[in-house]
Amino acid sequence: MLAESFKFPLINSILRWKDLFSTFNKVAMIAVAASLIGIVVFLLAGSKDGSKAPKGVRNLAESTVEFIENGIVMQTMGKDGLGWTPFLLSLFVFIYLCNAPGIIPILQMPATARMAIPLFLALLVWVVYNGVGFKHQGVKYLTHTIWPPGVPTMLKPLVGLIEFVSNIIVRPFSLTVRLFANMLAGHILLVTFALLTQSLITAETKQFMLKPMAILPFFMLVFLTAFEVLVAFLQAYIFTILTAVYIGGAAHPEH
Amino acid sequence: MEALAHLAAASLTGDETKKAYAALSSGFAYGLAAIGPGIGIGYLVGKSVEAMARQPEAAGMVRTTMFLGIAFTEALALIGFVVFILVGL
Repeated sequence: MLAESFKFPLINSILRWKDLFSTFNKVAMIAVAASLIGIVVFLLAGSKDGSKAPKGVRNLAESTVEFIENGIVMQTMGKDGLGWTPFLLSLFVFIYLCNAPGIIPILQMPATARMAIPLFLALLVWVVYNGVGFKHQGVKYLTHTIWPPGVPTMLKPLVGLIEFVSNIIVRPFSLTVRLFANMLAGHILLVTFALLTQSLITAETKQFMLKPMAILPFFMLVFLTAFEVLVAFLQAYIFTILTAVYIGGAAHPEH
Repeated sequence: MEALAHLAAASLTGDETKKAYAALSSGFAYGLAAIGPGIGIGYLVGKSVEAMARQPEAAGMVRTTMFLGIAFTEALALIGFVVFILVGL
């Protein structure tokens, strides 16, 4: 029967590959490729003549920059934050290019589905927004983060504890887990439906209806692949917009 | 609950019992963790659509705030999912 022949592989076997050479595996390869593609595309776009109407690579690069400026920076930090566009742009492009291989055939693995890359990015963001806070407000940043203006004195111990835990400890953790778990969940869903389709097609059974039923998980697989296109973009967008919000909040405490 | 009854009837060793309960509770962990965020995100997006329909000129701002809210609400479900992976697999 089907239930006996279908066995879900161990979590390790769907997230790991043999090393290409020692200490360099497929996830590392995807991450390196993502950063190289980002750099090359933007260098190529930068070398084109800016006075003509943009086309090709430059068109792509310009629309991405415009999206970061209008969709993220202006919505969260206002005009003062436009200097942060390069940082947010590189975060967005890198995360998107790491997410996208989750649905590209042959690669089929989002590099952000491993904890290391999101964790490192979140720690980077943590350092940046705390640094910005100290730079703009000096030592006062500490008191401003844990006591937002207008807190009654009686509540200060409680609010201070809550704000400290949520601003300093939980923020990088939730940034990491949001990106990592979303991509991992998507990857596991794709694996599940691909395996269901395969095991229905190859099932050894006398019930003639069973094999054509493989079309159902296959449709689900196609639908989920389309959904993952959206998720890959959305998670990069959310990571970037949260970074912008944190940096904006550290620079201007009144918001 | 049938699974629990079967579990009690079968004579399992300590290690097997532990595994069976882990498999059972990981399912509950994710199922329970999905309830709250499910309701929350539905409510959030519904209200955002209402706001966008009322004031289409503020749609950009509402959408940004909506995504922020979704990100925070969804985090709870995702932590549940991570627990499911850690306990169950």
